[in-house]
Amino acid sequence: MDHTDESGRNTGGRGFLEPFGKGGVRSWIFSTDHKRIGLLYLSLILLMFAVATVLGLIIKLKLMTPGSTLLSPQQYNAMFTLHGVIMIFLVVIPSIPASFGNIFLPLHIGANDVSFPRLNNFSWWLYVIGALLALTSIFTGDGAPDTGWTFYVPFSERTTTNVSVAVIAVFILGFSSILTGLNFITTVHRLRAPGMTWRKLPLFVWSLYATGWIQVLATPILGITALLIFAERVLLLGLFDSTKGGDPLLYQHLFWIYSHPAVYIMILPAMGVISEIIPVFARKPIFGYNMIAFSSLAIAFAGSLVWAHHMFTSGMSDTAVLVFSFLTFVVAIPSAIKVFNWLSTLYQGSISLDPPLLYALGFIFMFSIGGLTGLVLGAAGTDIHVHDTYFVVAHFHYVIFGGTGLGMFAAMHYWFPKVFGRMYDHGRAAWSFWLILIGMNVLYFPMFIMGMQGMPRRYYDYLPQYAPMQMVSTWGSWFLAAGLILMFWNLYRGSRYGPLATRNPWGGATLEWTLPTPLPHEAFHHDPEAPEPYDYKGVNPDG
Amino acid sequence: MTGTDSDTSASMYTGTGEAHAHAPLSYRFLTAVWVGLMVLTAVTVGVARVDLGYFNVLVALGVASCKALLVIFFFMHLKYENLLIKGMVLTAFVILAIAIGLTFVDIGYRY
Amino acid sequence: MAEHTAMPPGTTGPVHHKDYHAAKMGMWLFLFTEILLFGGLFLLYASYRAKFPMAFHAGGASLDVFLGGLNTVVLITSSLTVALSITALRRGEITRCLWLLAFTVACAGGFMVNKAIEWGAKFHHGLVPGSEHMAGLPQGQSIFYGLYFAMTGLHGVHVVIGASVLLWVMLLIRQGKVTGADYVVLENAGLYWHIVDLVWIYLFPLFYLIS
Repeated sequence: MDHTDESGRNTGGRGFLEPFGKGGVRSWIFSTDHKRIGLLYLSLILLMFAVATVLGLIIKLKLMTPGSTLLSPQQYNAMFTLHGVIMIFLVVIPSIPASFGNIFLPLHIGANDVSFPRLNNFSWWLYVIGALLALTSIFTGDGAPDTGWTFYVPFSERTTTNVSVAVIAVFILGFSSILTGLNFITTVHRLRAPGMTWRKLPLFVWSLYATGWIQVLATPILGITALLIFAERVLLLGLFDSTKGGDPLLYQHLFWIYSHPAVYIMILPAMGVISEIIPVFARKPIFGYNMIAFSSLAIAFAGSLVWAHHMFTSGMSDTAVLVFSFLTFVVAIPSAIKVFNWLSTLYQGSISLDPPLLYALGFIFMFSIGGLTGLVLGAAGTDIHVHDTYFVVAHFHYVIFGGTGLGMFAAMHYWFPKVFGRMYDHGRAAWSFWLILIGMNVLYFPMFIMGMQGMPRRYYDYLPQYAPMQMVSTWGSWFLAAGLILMFWNLYRGSRYGPLATRNPWGGATLEWTLPTPLPHEAFHHDPEAPEPYDYKGVNPDG
Repeated sequence: MTGTDSDTSASMYTGTGEAHAHAPLSYRFLTAVWVGLMVLTAVTVGVARVDLGYFNVLVALGVASCKALLVIFFFMHLKYENLLIKGMVLTAFVILAIAIGLTFVDIGYRY
Repeated sequence: MAEHTAMPPGTTGPVHHKDYHAAKMGMWLFLFTEILLFGGLFLLYASYRAKFPMAFHAGGASLDVFLGGLNTVVLITSSLTVALSITALRRGEITRCLWLLAFTVACAGGFMVNKAIEWGAKFHHGLVPGSEHMAGLPQGQSIFYGLYFAMTGLHGVHVVIGASVLLWVMLLIRQGKVTGADYVVLENAGLYWHIVDLVWIYLFPLFYLIS
């Protein structure tokens, strides 16, 4: 069944992708196998990514020239709301943990599955239901939600569009995310193979563990916030209604108590992927293992202290502005620790510029720009100037698309041969990387400048002075789209017709590379020896 | 698979929980905890009838927290769990306290 | 909550046993999410109380301490009987265990009936969310009642869920699927029930006593 010969050589089988039992769709959608659930997530996440990317491209196309073109203002509002809601809740939040985390977290610790496999399947179903509800909200009721992904009151209470269904979708998606986090925390505590001590855990596992805690402790606040919007609209509770003494700012507090930690749910797993890739392709042990592991936990904790930096201009107290501005600078420290450690790992390494490393380097470049401009926003003085301008949008896309997005693509190129048993074309992968990187920068960098010049975000139209840069930004979106198409086409072709991949094509030292390629149904027949995850002595790329 | 959590006492899983768990708490002990909870309920209702000004709030929340501790430690067996679970519970409450506390940095200076 | 790994047929490998500690840990983590779910509402309560201390006093005075206190006694007693039922099951006293659980579910029912009476009285006085009467209340009072309905309502939903879970566990015990040697399902259901109790322990003084 494994289609590997005795030495474990790949002979063209399909491993865990091979049907078993009665086979068919049911053996996938009701599967409790962490690898299959990971792939289920991956396919839906990529589908949703495609949908939301098209929405983003339409938005950019509309903004290419000033004036009323292509979309009506109402359609435009719905477009950026849906782009945000789908990208955040259906793509970026689950992205790496639910897909690659599910597949590789158990293998990294020498386990055959997560602690609660059935719960894992259930959480995927919650994701499906949430996705369907989110899509339903577009086509039913009185039009698609037009509030922006933040659902700020009072507008979200009063708009006649279909916000009620959308927030219920968010609530359900939140619980899907919680169950994944709960499962991972328990798995890391309970299912590590003998000898797999905390200091031997791959850094990807550390990052998922930290992420799991944010998922469990922050997401319920999103749940209650979404329920409150629903209750305000349907039961007319009036808790945020200022005519009854309610305080709309408390909604913003609740929303960001979740949604700021949520950006660390998005970025931490990507940082984990980068920490796996960099040492493998530098052929050097990771620099500062302890500090990287610790900084994951530090980010998770410090990330819960900074939410109100999204509210500096909202009219909250000056004391709060001061306190949250200071705390925001604190959270930059562990992020910077990671960047310095990655660079130190590369220093004097024996670097091979294979596609996964290219994407990882792209991550460092984009994340650094995104992180440093985050400090511009975290400093209360400068934030007053650029708040709610394109500067914020640019910063966010540098961190989340340039960071999490490229991290996700890096993971796809790194683990692709292990999952599918075949190799993609390296040349085309490099081409797609450069197209994506250039496209991103041409798309988003002008938005920093426009933001500094005062272009507000979410506006349907703009003054003529912004026209040239809006035009350039839209061109960037086309480069980006071309790069994405090339990348996915290359990966698809690779999975079908690529050359058979070897057991350990990159020379990784973590446990998944000791397993047959592609991954078999059952990974470990007996408890594996826990390796030093970043010791490459005697570990070489094969084939 | 065997769990190797250095911070839990578990080594091998068996089909049951018997091997790990402490002996069941006696009926008598649990009932005593219930009596304690009833007494505290009576106390908090009684104190509420006396006007202590601001201290009414503190007393009410203090008594409620005592009751909560009784429930968590004995009814929910937290006292008999390992340090790991205790630490996790503490973390959850600390995060909640941070969320409420830092919100007051805003509203404490605004309302 | 205990889970089995479903393995593809035809494969061999280490047999997975139920991991008692993992099941417990998973349940505790889930309880944290419940605590923080209510935590968001407690945050609102604390904030609005700071903003409208007098309105909250007036609102609290209008609630019936007797009904609230009665419900407190009912819930704490039901918490006791759940805790006792675990001891009973582990001692092999199946019948006693089932009676204790039945009593707990009955308490849940009593709690909800009591709550319905209380809400009914409020509705009778025109205190219906979204009504003109509530909108016409002095600043802060409609917030108080809004929070009262939101928090006790969400709590009521949890009472119903908790009682349903206990009923399901009773069925499992009758079927012999949950036994004195393998009781983690009952223990986890009990943990959930205690959290329902725990939330009420705070709701009671915050709404009924601080006036």
